[in-house]
Amino acid sequence: MSDTITTPETEHGSHHILPKSSYYVVYAALMVLLVATVGFAYIDLGRVNFLVTMLIAISKALMIAMIFMHVRYSERLVWLFASAAFLWLVIMFAFTLADYFTRGSLNILGK
Amino acid sequence: MSLAEAEPTHGYLASHFETLEQQHQSAALGMWTFLATEVMFFGGLFLGFSVYRFVDPEPFAIASRHLNVTLGTINTFVLLTSSLTMALVVRAGQTGDRKAQVRNLLLTMALATLFLGIKAREYYEEFEHHLAPGASFSTAALHLPEDAPESLGQQAQLFFVFYFFMTGLHGFHMLIGIAVMAVLVVKAQRGQYTAEHYTQLEMTGLYWHFVDLVWVFLFPLLYLVELHT
Repeated sequence: MSDTITTPETEHGSHHILPKSSYYVVYAALMVLLVATVGFAYIDLGRVNFLVTMLIAISKALMIAMIFMHVRYSERLVWLFASAAFLWLVIMFAFTLADYFTRGSLNILGK
Repeated sequence: MSLAEAEPTHGYLASHFETLEQQHQSAALGMWTFLATEVMFFGGLFLGFSVYRFVDPEPFAIASRHLNVTLGTINTFVLLTSSLTMALVVRAGQTGDRKAQVRNLLLTMALATLFLGIKAREYYEEFEHHLAPGASFSTAALHLPEDAPESLGQQAQLFFVFYFFMTGLHGFHMLIGIAVMAVLVVKAQRGQYTAEHYTQLEMTGLYWHFVDLVWVFLFPLLYLVELHT
């Protein structure tokens, strides 16, 4: 009977209990990044500003998704679904912006 | 002996699942599918915003600098903190700690309400300055240059269309979250969530962190990226 209970699944997935300290560490990192992004916004570095601001936002998003949302400890299928959402988002952005950024660059009248 | 009989299910196991674990993982997958549609939903707005911003950056920059960065920063702090308390709700679900579930749910709801209160204060300020798009919109508060073409004011108004719609939609998601948590807090108080059965807490947690994720991108794009110019 015991062999039916000790399946790998019981140690797996969303039932992985993280110590509270993990959440506090992520929270502290999020706070540091919040202060950093607001402080950085007042320093003029031209186009680099936008890049760094977005990098900070993406780092915050990854920490929230990985630890708070437990993606890091979830089964592969959840990884696939979570990354699929962002993959389609990237495709939507890439194709649309590729159009708007290159309009007029061929110098054809009416294009 | 079937798997379902091997472990206690306390009547929480739906008939079409073999085990609570399988039931829990199906719920998680369904929730992530829903969140994927939400990414597309908000993504369209972010894309629209990006296109207008990159095609004609100046009016968006002028309009953006008129948002209240201090209140926006405080609100980001409040929302990130509510994500921490929500993570602790889910953890209290995993350990079956009823008191911690109730306490952290109430904390999350309080922080969410504080966020919406601060947001309402910002909206009030913007309405007072006639920055809400529509018939009463006025560029007076934006201090546009004397020789500015009419299109500059129109594009600035468009920024506020995006601002009010995106933050409004985000706020609406928070209202739904608070309503769901109000139900959960009653159920948690009655001791309905145990270490074997806390799926509803975890799914609400996923939703709440997603709402936080949207704000993590909304805040810098609307409030911050134009400050340096």
